[in-house]
Amino acid sequence: MSQYTLSREAKRRKGSLERKKTLVALSFIAPNFIGFALFTLIPVVIAVFMSMTEWNGGKLSDMHWVGLSNYEALFAVPQRYIDRLDNPNFFSILGLFFDKVDLGIALKNTVTYTLITVPLTLVCSIALALVLNKAVKGAVAFRAILFFPYVSSTVAICVCWNFMMMKNGPINQLLMLFGSTFNKTWTADSNMAIWAIIIVSVWKSMGYYMVIYLAALQGIPRELYEAATVDGANKWQQFTHITLPQLSPTTFFVSVMLVIGCFKVYDTVALMTAGGPGRATKMLVTYIIDVFNAFNYGSACAIAMVLLVLVLSVTLIQFRMEKKFSAD
Amino acid sequence: MTTSIMNAGKAIRPENHTAQRIGKVLLYVALILLSVVTLIPFVWMLSSSLKLDREVFEFPIRWIPQVFHWENYSLIWTKAPMLMYFKNTAIVALSVTFIQTMTSSFAAYAFAKLEFKGRDTLFMCYIATIAVPWQAYMIPQFIEFRAIGLYDKLTAIMVLQAFSAFGVFLMRQFYRGIPTELCEAARIDGLSEYGIWARIMLPLSKAAIATLVIFTFIGTWNDYMGPMIYLTTESVKTVQVGLRRFIQENSSDYHLIMAASMVSLIPVSVVFLCLQRYFIEGIATSGLKG
Repeated sequence: MSQYTLSREAKRRKGSLERKKTLVALSFIAPNFIGFALFTLIPVVIAVFMSMTEWNGGKLSDMHWVGLSNYEALFAVPQRYIDRLDNPNFFSILGLFFDKVDLGIALKNTVTYTLITVPLTLVCSIALALVLNKAVKGAVAFRAILFFPYVSSTVAICVCWNFMMMKNGPINQLLMLFGSTFNKTWTADSNMAIWAIIIVSVWKSMGYYMVIYLAALQGIPRELYEAATVDGANKWQQFTHITLPQLSPTTFFVSVMLVIGCFKVYDTVALMTAGGPGRATKMLVTYIIDVFNAFNYGSACAIAMVLLVLVLSVTLIQFRMEKKFSAD
Repeated sequence: MTTSIMNAGKAIRPENHTAQRIGKVLLYVALILLSVVTLIPFVWMLSSSLKLDREVFEFPIRWIPQVFHWENYSLIWTKAPMLMYFKNTAIVALSVTFIQTMTSSFAAYAFAKLEFKGRDTLFMCYIATIAVPWQAYMIPQFIEFRAIGLYDKLTAIMVLQAFSAFGVFLMRQFYRGIPTELCEAARIDGLSEYGIWARIMLPLSKAAIATLVIFTFIGTWNDYMGPMIYLTTESVKTVQVGLRRFIQENSSDYHLIMAASMVSLIPVSVVFLCLQRYFIEGIATSGLKG
């Protein structure tokens, strides 16, 4: 009997100790978690629901449920375009979607921008890292210089690049020396505007990824190169057969980061072209902001969900592939 | 066989030496060229900021202005409340950095070193939202902020940035590297969990904290989208949105815009130059683990 009460007592004490431990732990987490839950977690959940409502931001009671019709409206190709088709089939209508519909154009522009920016940034940052990886005097200074665009304010550098790419700006002047006849302001030309954004993006972020590549390069065992030299491999063979394969996990990681970053591009576009001329550089996020500024909150959330799905699928691929990498 | 290889090595050595020297020179030339290309926009910005507006697009480019118009740099302060923008941004950036660093390292300690029910589930919430882009939930967040009266307040920008999941993640990764035996020894010595955090973990995590501080400070200072959505009144604007307004209102005063842009770059440049080692090393380690 007494033993029974003792063990119960012990259990109770153990339980209260456990509870105390949990309470202490929660007290550590609470300051951050309360802010995090209120301003990140809850909005994420609301965003999903809001994309299925219609609301102009007025009284909360004006918000009403519309189901999937926001999405239908975003993906719908207006009948007047389809009527003009000679042979309306799935592919020609899909073509119309990417040519005429706002969401289609934003998707096409975002993907184009991503497909050019990611490889360009990869090549530039690997090249910079390779040059800097050689033991040179002043490596720290060079590294800081090449990194500097990444920390400088987007507003300041975008206006500077905008001026440099003006009709009679220094870049067109320089190109003229090489026989170019292009004499328009880059951001006002529907073909060049996206290139203006790409150049600034690559220039701004290459230093960041260079740093990641530098760390990865330093992790490649020296013996590999020594063995290759003994086997008579030249520098180029060493690069393609040792350096690049050894860097591939980093390249994969960097590509994922870059792709996600490109999907979310906003500042550079808003500051350089504002999505123009016309809709030539309208991106997903500039589209969200446009619709948001027009007080179509439900619809803006629906576009945001399209962005979310894109970003999450890239992350999911990353998870899958990372498992493969670590299994290898 | 061995001797023949060694002989071959000896034979090509002198030639190798000059080749190496040429390689080294080429390397420096490449590095200097790359640095120049990287810095040219800043040089052009500086040079234009010291010219008259009609001189900015002169052909051919005159990199060093004929006359240095330093007065451009005093003029900008009268054209826009630049000083106020700086003050606002400093307030926001410093408070965000402080709140972010303190709350993240506090929470990270529990996630890394304490055992309790639901720890992993809670941490998964954090990890999952790192993958969710802010742009996907900024609208409900905006409505929430407006409902609690934060619209057009500096506080909104503080709250927006101060509780990021990234900070907790970064600090937790670092704390996991600190041996648990240290904490246990301290516990036996009668130190409370708060004591362990303050007297053992914090001092040991200086490098990680430095990284988080610089990341947060520079990120907040340069943030454009948040202030653009939330701030409309002149008196609460930050440097980035203030500079944007300056550009729109003086759109043909190229020289003044360049001067204001130059000035806006100064604080971050100073912070970066002083602490660049932590920043760059932080990226190299945390970036890879991502």
